Amino acid sequence: MQLASNIILIGGSAGSYTLIAELLEQLPSYFDTAICIVLHRNRQYDTQIEKSLSRKLKKNIVSAFDKLDICKNHVYFAPAGYHLLIEPDFTFSIDSSEHINYSRPSIDVLFETAAQIYKEKCTAFLLSGANTDGAKGLRIIEEFGGRIIIQDPEVAPIRTMPLAGKRETLNPEIWTDSKIVSYFNTLN
Amino acid sequence: MAGLKENLIIEFQDLEEIIYLLQNVSEYDLSGYSKSSLKRRVERFLQVQNMDIVDLKNTIINVKDFQHYFIQELVVNVTEMFRDPHFYVSLKKNVIPYLKTYPQIRLWSAGSSTGEEAYSTAIVLNESEILERSFIYGTDISPRALDIARKGVYPLSKIKSYTENYLQTQPTSDFSSHYTAMYDAAIINKEYRNKVLFSTHNLVTDNAFNEFQLIMCRNVMIYFDKELQRRVLNLFYDSLSLFGFLCLGSKESLYAHDIKNNFKVIDKQYNIYQKIK
Ligand SMILES: C[S@@+](CC[C@H](N)C(=O)[O-])C[C@H]1O[C@@H](n2cnc3c(N)ncnc32)[C@H](O)[C@@H]1O
Repeated sequence: MQLASNIILIGGSAGSYTLIAELLEQLPSYFDTAICIVLHRNRQYDTQIEKSLSRKLKKNIVSAFDKLDICKNHVYFAPAGYHLLIEPDFTFSIDSSEHINYSRPSIDVLFETAAQIYKEKCTAFLLSGANTDGAKGLRIIEEFGGRIIIQDPEVAPIRTMPLAGKRETLNPEIWTDSKIVSYFNTLN
Repeated sequence: MAGLKENLIIEFQDLEEIIYLLQNVSEYDLSGYSKSSLKRRVERFLQVQNMDIVDLKNTIINVKDFQHYFIQELVVNVTEMFRDPHFYVSLKKNVIPYLKTYPQIRLWSAGSSTGEEAYSTAIVLNESEILERSFIYGTDISPRALDIARKGVYPLSKIKSYTENYLQTQPTSDFSSHYTAMYDAAIINKEYRNKVLFSTHNLVTDNAFNEFQLIMCRNVMIYFDKELQRRVLNLFYDSLSLFGFLCLGSKESLYAHDIKNNFKVIDKQYNIYQKIK
């Protein structure tokens, strides 16, 4: 398995699951990047989402764990109850420090650490949600030269999170759901 | 937030210099900690103290004993009683029956933080009727956390979620029977406090100090890089009696380490291992 030199990040909370499932379904059978997802969820559900998606879609969809290499053609979910971070040697680390924006995993933590490692090779999506997690992280990705995309608040089931992302950043791209899905569909 | 620099970010190079300075003025060696995680802790420290990186370097060099304070601010002490309740269910089912065959049982909670894990374990031992012949050592790098651990006093506000955890461990008693409420705090019963000894021990630099039938080190090695994890796992290996148990956190495993060949997997999901050679 080869380390990925490009990474795509997705942060989502309430109202984002359907779109995430849809875009994963549309992924080609091989893609040259790593995809890394923070989805706020109840700790009780633990790893059921990635288990059922990987069974259904027959792709490398896993729950990230400590010191795991970040590889091409893989989809990683942040494990419930831990922050997910990216280390300079292109591995994950997890940490159980304080909640950020009432969240652990926090989207900000992943975005912020990924920004500094992958710089302009980092693309981030901020989706529907009822809180403001991820907005600061987007700004840091922007500062480090990455690409930032926000789900159009007009179509997001809950727009608090996309709106916060827009407020906090300078030049985000605002995309509709179908544009987001087709981006993942044409990844290579 | 007047005066507070928002989103302060330092360079990895600055982090290396901080690590190097600390090594020079103290026993503390942070070179094996996970870099991004540690960097965030340093950034948080600077933000809370309203310092910049130059201030910090000067303070490390010039202020006597600052390093002890600093290190305690960098480590993550977050813990709870019966964290991952199903781990304790597995402990009761898969490990305790084996421990029962020993006349004397020594346990080590490494990275015990403020003591919740050690006391949770003591309660489980009591329910299994082997507390009498057991003794738990709780160790940590942070004297401040250990002080709280020794007192065994926790805010009543946390007891609700601890009780919820406890209820998921298939308990044989009421959680409230294990502590006494006083004003806004709960003090863990003396029968448990008498069975745990808390002392400082640095997993990076200190060595084995006893032989144990069970070692738990949960949510500590996630802060270490692979190389340091290897050192610490060897330390645990040396400190375990043959057929002793090693318990890791719910997202930690021996999977990436050669030492796994000396262990048998007892519970794959909750990362419980037994030393078999
Ligand atoms: C997140 S707490 C884990 C507490 C408990 N084991 C649990 O799982 O809830 C991590 C602990 O590791 C301790 N620690 C960090 N570095 C250490 C070292 N080098 N030696 C010993 N303890 C260390 C910290 O002080 C902190 O209390």
